Amino acid sequence: MKRNPKVCVLRTAGTNCDKETAFAFVQAGADAELVHINKFIQRERNFSDYEILAIPGGFSYGDDVAAGKILANELRTKLIDDLRQFIQDGKLIIGICNGFQILVKSGLLPGNDMFEQEVSLVINDSGKFEDRWVYLKSKKSKVNSQKCVWTKHLPEVIYLPVAHGEGKFIVQDETILKKLKDNNEVVFQYCDEAGKLAGYPDNPNGSLENIAGITDQTGRILGLMPHPERHISVLQHPRWMGKKEGDGLRIFKNGVDYIRNHF
Amino acid sequence: MGYKIEIKERPGIFDAVGNGVKKDILDLGINSVDRVQFIQIYLIEGNISQDEVKKICEDLLVDKISQDYSINNSQPPVARRNEFVVEVAYNPGVMDPVELSVLKAIKDLGIDGAEGVKTAKKYLLRGKLSAIQLKTISEKLLYNKLIQHIVSSQLSALSFQPAGYKFNLITVDLSGASDKKLEKISKDGQLFLNLKEMRQIKNYFKGLDRNPTDCELETLAQTWSEHCGHKTFRGRIKYTEQIKDSKPKTKLIDNLLKSTIVKVTKELKKPWCVSVFHDNSGVIKFDDKYNVCFKVETHNHPSALEPFGGANTGIGGVIRDPLGTGLGAKPILNTDVFCFAPPDYPFDKLPQGTLHPKRIMKGVVSGVRDYGNKMGIPTVNGAVLFHERFVGNPLVYCGTVGIMPKDKTFKETKVGDLIVVVGGRTGRDGIHGATFSSGELTHESETISSGAVQIGNPIQEKKMVDTILQARDMNLYNAITDCGAGGLSSAVGEMGAEIGARVDLDKVPLKYSGLTYAEIWISESQERMVLAVPKTNIDRLLEVFAAENVEATVIGEFNQTKRLELFYQGNLVCDLKMKFLHDGLPQLEKKAVFIQEKHREPKLPETQNLTKNLSELLSHYDICSKEWVIRQYDHEVQGGSILKPLIGIVNDGPSDAAVAQPVLGSKKGLIISNGINFRFGFIDPYWMAASCIDEALRQIISVGGSLKEVAILDNFCWGNPDKPDRLGGLVRAANGCYDIAKGFGVPFISGKDSLYNEYSVNNKSLPIPGTLLISAIAVMDDIAKTISMYAKKSGNLIYVVGDTYDELGGSHYYDTLGFLGNNCPRVNTKKAKEVFNALSAASSAGLIEAMHDCSEGGIAVAAAEMAFSGELGMELFLSEVPYKMQSVRNDSILFSESNSRFIVEVEKKNQKAFEQELQGISFGLIGCLSKDKNFKVHSIEGKICIEAGINQLKEAWLKPLRW
Repeated sequence: MKRNPKVCVLRTAGTNCDKETAFAFVQAGADAELVHINKFIQRERNFSDYEILAIPGGFSYGDDVAAGKILANELRTKLIDDLRQFIQDGKLIIGICNGFQILVKSGLLPGNDMFEQEVSLVINDSGKFEDRWVYLKSKKSKVNSQKCVWTKHLPEVIYLPVAHGEGKFIVQDETILKKLKDNNEVVFQYCDEAGKLAGYPDNPNGSLENIAGITDQTGRILGLMPHPERHISVLQHPRWMGKKEGDGLRIFKNGVDYIRNHF
Repeated sequence: MGYKIEIKERPGIFDAVGNGVKKDILDLGINSVDRVQFIQIYLIEGNISQDEVKKICEDLLVDKISQDYSINNSQPPVARRNEFVVEVAYNPGVMDPVELSVLKAIKDLGIDGAEGVKTAKKYLLRGKLSAIQLKTISEKLLYNKLIQHIVSSQLSALSFQPAGYKFNLITVDLSGASDKKLEKISKDGQLFLNLKEMRQIKNYFKGLDRNPTDCELETLAQTWSEHCGHKTFRGRIKYTEQIKDSKPKTKLIDNLLKSTIVKVTKELKKPWCVSVFHDNSGVIKFDDKYNVCFKVETHNHPSALEPFGGANTGIGGVIRDPLGTGLGAKPILNTDVFCFAPPDYPFDKLPQGTLHPKRIMKGVVSGVRDYGNKMGIPTVNGAVLFHERFVGNPLVYCGTVGIMPKDKTFKETKVGDLIVVVGGRTGRDGIHGATFSSGELTHESETISSGAVQIGNPIQEKKMVDTILQARDMNLYNAITDCGAGGLSSAVGEMGAEIGARVDLDKVPLKYSGLTYAEIWISESQERMVLAVPKTNIDRLLEVFAAENVEATVIGEFNQTKRLELFYQGNLVCDLKMKFLHDGLPQLEKKAVFIQEKHREPKLPETQNLTKNLSELLSHYDICSKEWVIRQYDHEVQGGSILKPLIGIVNDGPSDAAVAQPVLGSKKGLIISNGINFRFGFIDPYWMAASCIDEALRQIISVGGSLKEVAILDNFCWGNPDKPDRLGGLVRAANGCYDIAKGFGVPFISGKDSLYNEYSVNNKSLPIPGTLLISAIAVMDDIAKTISMYAKKSGNLIYVVGDTYDELGGSHYYDTLGFLGNNCPRVNTKKAKEVFNALSAASSAGLIEAMHDCSEGGIAVAAAEMAFSGELGMELFLSEVPYKMQSVRNDSILFSESNSRFIVEVEKKNQKAFEQELQGISFGLIGCLSKDKNFKVHSIEGKICIEAGINQLKEAWLKPLRW
């Protein structure tokens, strides 16, 4: 693709990381547009107008009922066919924080034919919202190296902030967990600075097997609790001396590069 | 029909809410509860079938991975022995923030019959509890009777039926009223107007040959309230001051605000001050494209009664100030400063009608967390301080900075503009908030003023901000202001002050029926703004709001009548001359007396080993880590966080000020800091004010800023200004503000006063310590020059810059020993400016690795914080510290809280260059950093006076508020 890939940053009441997510995509070489969900429902915009769908962080509809639940419900009831088409067209989706919660609760991640919810993100073990920086092990599998298009060329351990109250990853049952692992769909795990899986506060919410981010079977949908858009410049690092670029920027570049190469 | 749905965590899933409650019960001293289970309840009303309610549960309300549910479970409330059920629901009329979004989601499912949704919370407690213990747990932890109640029978929490309202014009008979009667009318109607003001109103209506309507009287009471009118600061004050043993001097002050705070700004004439003291916040220049504005508000009285709701709506309210400045600024960061009684305050000492300080603190922090995080505004800076005298009356300061394009800085309401109310609906909540905050709290306040307590809806406000900024950029309106204290009355009254306004009150969208015309007019319901819209733009404007589901309604028109005319169903219910409304308030005359008290300076034996003292200071509630608070705030949303509130090797050291990048990709930054220290005010409010300003400014210097473009805000929280001694301290502090700000060359751009912060029980009045918060905002040219406070590298040099005096009065060192003392820190602005400017030059030349200002706990605490945050050892020699005192002591050097001082880390290779920059300034090379992780201090006599592992010191600092 010669033109810049087009990114839709989806907005609704309570979305609040939209502008910096759009900024991150622009830094990575894309054109990004903030689009309110009503525009899709009223057909003033179509998902087919874009190559990447980003569902940013925030508190969609106040996270009433449960984090991301009401927007997930709206996507399932109003726009599911469009989303199915978007995925079938080989395009990319990223859900960050609230966006991850929405992808999980609408059944897009880990994803099955019926879009049935198989995993969830629930209240942190600490019982409260926490903003802290975490180390993430970006998983590289021997069998199917770097399946997820969003996480290629990342260093073994990256550093990003989390800021959430409902980020504890759980699964419906053991078979779901096994499937995630067998298919290399677990892409980020909370760890310590050396890359070793560790407990609280390194694992800030008590997630099962320290899972911080997953992809679907195509590798084109990524959901993660940490905020890559809050670490695209070294100046955002809490101790920023001597670094070159923020660890998060690579993730956005991967998405943009993939579209450039495949469309 | 109605359904009651109960949802709980599935067995094997960790119940985080229940576990949190269990921990809180332990804090109450009750240790017999083995388990707490939390159950979320939804009550749904409407024409819904069994199948539909099942679908609502499974597709929407229940997380099928982690939760189980039941519908209309008719189990008796107490099932087993030693099992107790407490079900808490909102009182009728209290907004349930979840209702609207759940109704929307049910509609999304294709189910149209739902009419109402309410939520409730159920707690299942297992363990041996007496009836009294159960009551204690319920009242102290699980509910607040102002907004909630315990549900006794199964379905009684279902939605309430609002009453209808039939129009009936009410007038108040003032014409024949005696003075005594006038006072009674003011008191009974919660108008908080004094006799002189009531007489003025009586005379105005006498001239018209009629009595006022209730609505007219309310409008006047609200506009003339202390809260809105700042009568004390603008009034005449006969001020008598007696310093030390000199003769008392008396002078007449005509308008304290204009003769101190505003005067500094006028005299300094800074070209970058764009709009000061007249809009909803103060505006300064940011760069060639943007201006920034800053406002700090207080929400003390509501937070005393309902901490969550009070702080929640406090932050919600101050966010609307930048939004209502000029044509609207985008809120980009929040600050929060709190004062509470100590969290370990004994329960049996609590005054009647007050909540325990720990509960107040937890509630306030949750309230700020909820609103700030959901708005997507980073909370970047703050402070939490403690003193017993905040027990009945905590202080909750909330501040917001906004950014706007230069050409959107000014507004002008035009004749013919339509009056449009945007955002939330109007309900009975928050009635009399403005007048309520203009009187003292009493133990009856919780019943009398419960209408003043509210809960916010941040998502409503977020939607409103998103759409208003779109409408602003399309140039669709001429003016905007917020509905704050006084509601529509205040907003419309202000916007139409110069021209005139007509409003049809029955057009205002209501949350429920039953409100009288006067209630609609003065309601302080949250999340509303008022716009003045040219008729030609109205259709486009309404479209912008409708596109994102925000309600916007035309309720009247600005005209040229110079009157305020209100109608309800065609009936005239208020007709006031704007001139009388805004200029008719008789100037107050108050007496103020300040007599400088002499406090005893303690004579302490000299101790050789001060390690324990340092450790105790680090554990002082004012000084210890506030990580528990800070982590709950999103301080990085919007992506512009450059210097975070928690920094260091493991990100938990105490930052001095926040640095933010408001325009992503730009080099320019903002520095936000604050100065507050009520302890010095016990000795002399003048030097308290001086120290607050110095503290706010030196924090800016600490992070790499300069005095080049710094503006400050004043927030006075004081006791009853009708009492001469309270007002005397206030005047003395305001004089300090003038002298010191002028000396530094730093203008005030906005401010606020919250008076009447007293709590009376049985006619005994407990005033808060007179407290001044100085908030500062500075523009930084290059954020890459930011400096942080944690120690960086072993072998680097440690300097103290600035003189240390024998100024232990009001210090935390004395406080840990039970003394106040008399020598409180002073400020010499000439010398301080030299120190500040030299350090700015050194930091911009890249000569500084780390810098921390000396404040609470002095040199010792500042140095220890740098060491343990950087995980490095430090060795210091007190003989090298520059000091000026008659008889030198180690504890004075270590713990004196003298102003204008810094600890600075410099690389050896930069030693010469750094010392060159500091020529002519007092400084001392006092030690260096080491790998050994020990904090070691040599006394002036050359012996070891402090020696401790940094982890041990850090633990002392982390422990007290690690909840």
